[in-house]
Amino acid sequence: MTGIFLGIAIYMIALISLPLYRLIKGPTVFDRVISAGLIGTNSIILLGVIGLSYNRLDMFVDLAIVYALLSFVATVAAGKYLERRRQIK
Amino acid sequence: MNIIGLVFIFGGLFFLTISCIGIIRLPDFYARTHAVGKSETLGAMLFLLGLALYNGFEIASLKLILILIFIGFANPTATHIMARAAFFSGLIPWFKKKDRNNLDSNEK
Repeated sequence: MTGIFLGIAIYMIALISLPLYRLIKGPTVFDRVISAGLIGTNSIILLGVIGLSYNRLDMFVDLAIVYALLSFVATVAAGKYLERRRQIK
Repeated sequence: MNIIGLVFIFGGLFFLTISCIGIIRLPDFYARTHAVGKSETLGAMLFLLGLALYNGFEIASLKLILILIFIGFANPTATHIMARAAFFSGLIPWFKKKDRNNLDSNEK
């Protein structure tokens, strides 16, 4: 049963690398911020899968809590700054 | 409990795949916020619920459910803040080609 979690972890790595295209290409700055948030949420899930696969779920869940809070605060701070700036590119 | 957890994990993977394909192929920023705010949140919540059910009744599963609830109300809020910042900066939504020539008038 641990082999299937290795397959899920490899699939999550492929899903993390998909928003990188929008991060590079995105014509506005808002595209880049939401794709960074998407990469962050996928990384939380990848931390959960790795923790379950190595039987140390307690340690990796603490990391996931901190990373979820950090990603949310970063997106809110970027939103408040970009609303004042009034510039799209 | 293992099989129910695996069912939830694969359901969450399905929605995560759709969301990550959608952010590449959708034509406009306001359409991409749908992919990130709704479908990504649902995929993450189902996946974490599946992990918590697979692990059994421990304290780590309770922390996973805490992350689940937090993602459930933090991710749409962050997406709404981004969309509001884009709207007040003047980003115009995308129209189909036959309506794009008369953006200023109200006629069809």
